[in-house]
Amino acid sequence: MHCLNVAAESQGLQRGMALADARAICPGLVTRPADLAREAAALAALRRWVERYSPMVARDGADGLVADITGVPHLFGGEADLRGDLHARLTRAGMSATSAIAETRGAAHALARHGEGIVEEGALTDGIGPLPVTALRIDGDTAQALTRMGLKRISDLMAQPRAPLARRFGTGLVLRLDQALGHQPEPVSPEADLPQFSARMTFPDPIGLQADVMKGLARLLERVCVALAQHQRGARRLRLELHRVDHETAQVEIGLARPMRDAGRIKALFTKGVDEVDAGFGIEALRLTAHVTERLAPEQIGQGRPLRQEDALADLFSTLGNRLGFDRVLRLLPAQSDIPERSFIIAPAAHSAPEESPPQCGPARPITIFPPEPVTTRGGGRPGHPPSAFRWRRMAFTTLRATGPERIAPEWWFDDPAWRTGLRDYWRIETREGPRLWLFHTPQAAAWAAQHWFAQGEFA
Amino acid sequence: MADEAATFALAPARVHEAEGPGRRAFALWQAARHDGPLIWALPAHAPHLPMLRGLPEEVGARLHVIRPGSEVDLLWSVEECLRSPGVALVIAEPSSPLSLIAGRRLQLAAETGQTTGLMLILEGQGSNAAETRWQCAPLAGESRDSTLHRWDLKKNKKGTLRFWTANWNGKTSALHLVPAAGKRDQSAETSR
Repeated sequence: MHCLNVAAESQGLQRGMALADARAICPGLVTRPADLAREAAALAALRRWVERYSPMVARDGADGLVADITGVPHLFGGEADLRGDLHARLTRAGMSATSAIAETRGAAHALARHGEGIVEEGALTDGIGPLPVTALRIDGDTAQALTRMGLKRISDLMAQPRAPLARRFGTGLVLRLDQALGHQPEPVSPEADLPQFSARMTFPDPIGLQADVMKGLARLLERVCVALAQHQRGARRLRLELHRVDHETAQVEIGLARPMRDAGRIKALFTKGVDEVDAGFGIEALRLTAHVTERLAPEQIGQGRPLRQEDALADLFSTLGNRLGFDRVLRLLPAQSDIPERSFIIAPAAHSAPEESPPQCGPARPITIFPPEPVTTRGGGRPGHPPSAFRWRRMAFTTLRATGPERIAPEWWFDDPAWRTGLRDYWRIETREGPRLWLFHTPQAAAWAAQHWFAQGEFA
Repeated sequence: MADEAATFALAPARVHEAEGPGRRAFALWQAARHDGPLIWALPAHAPHLPMLRGLPEEVGARLHVIRPGSEVDLLWSVEECLRSPGVALVIAEPSSPLSLIAGRRLQLAAETGQTTGLMLILEGQGSNAAETRWQCAPLAGESRDSTLHRWDLKKNKKGTLRFWTANWNGKTSALHLVPAAGKRDQSAETSR
């Protein structure tokens, strides 16, 4: 049992109880699996909302929030009214919450979880004295040991001499006690909000023309790009939501070939998507979010041709990628392998940088490569020699000159089905008919010898 | 040397066509001679790919491969590439005959972006809008260190038709013309 509502608690169920036990106590129990990620997200959202009471709000454990409301209550008409306001709003949102206001963070934490309320200023000792020692944020073993010694309430602890306590239970207990009583400071450190790269715009009258949407988009983009520039980031993906009058939402999403914050150029990529949107009875609100961003340091502009060319190429890849998919706009990168198929990698151009190939050495390589295609040889040639005549792609060839063999062994640490036939002897075959082909022979293959010749590439 | 290579130079900001079994070698030689980013558009179902280690010097790092899924997408992406000012040469392998409309659109896009295009077409599948059409075939060389190519200019909108036998080893942009024992030095045919 991770969490339960008031009705379940009134039946006698507790947190941490096994589900079978809980079902035995309360047969009509309705359970759902806990989704910790979404719970954390909801808590983060609630934290942002609680900032209406104080600028200093932090998460407190997995299920709590702590706010430093020093100097705030009078704005809401006092502490009691503030707490009432908080509860009223949470109840209206369908949430059950417990809360406490106290002088120290430790005391508020203890009181919020063990009977709620407000501890008046100066009444801290009386306020938290009757609470059990478990309220002090101490671990289970310490709490159990304290209980065994008969120290059940915080007031019991306060009466004890401190030195023996610290010696027996470590300084952690004394520290928690001091924090609860205000002898040790414990500030609330609010989490920094992640920058939000989004902007929205609502219209007094619904709009329907494409030009109007683009104009609105231009204004939104300007705001988002200013925010991006402030945080030195560039957008990688952007989403435009168009809220229609009939509560339908249309979305246009674009990707960029490289991080960018240039409003004019991003706007051009939206043109096609916005064109396809059905405006229905009109669009009343626009919302633009850059949901994927990357670091983009400020750059000196106006360096002349190379940079402009780079920009133009990036724009081109964005355009191509948004229609074809970014996995179809590719670049060849060198790889550390002697296996022809794996001697280069095909990587998406938008997510890789060009790399210079290492200088070419060793036997020549063809300009194009294709999956091995069987070559029909006539008769059994001399072993270890290329065929004198062969057929490939239904064309007959006669060998004029052969260069080789170049023996390439499979990578034993990598089980490639295409290389199960073992070693390959590669030959560069110049034919009388003209084409210069890259043939290979698999001497280790078990099948019939004439079947052992394949073509895998064409030379210039 | 420079003079020899200049005879094969493709007119800038136009779309050209190459056919025959040696068309990819011709395209790579042109790629080596163009300075700047290169695009090679291949249909996604094409079995072959340019092999990085076999490409001429300096071409591999500049080459981008686009693999559109359909013929329409291929023509669209070639048009977009030609329209972009950031690209030096666009090589494309359309798998169906180029219509006159498609060919004309590509020419207009090349003029807009000041980019040169080279379509590697199958035999007889070109469009009349092409500026030049080359028939390329590898030739068997007499000696071990010659890699001969026969480059036949079959269609030329602004000039005469000729053919050459060139010796290009596929490594650099350098090229040697082989004095050919050709009888047809200047063709009497008119351009299509």
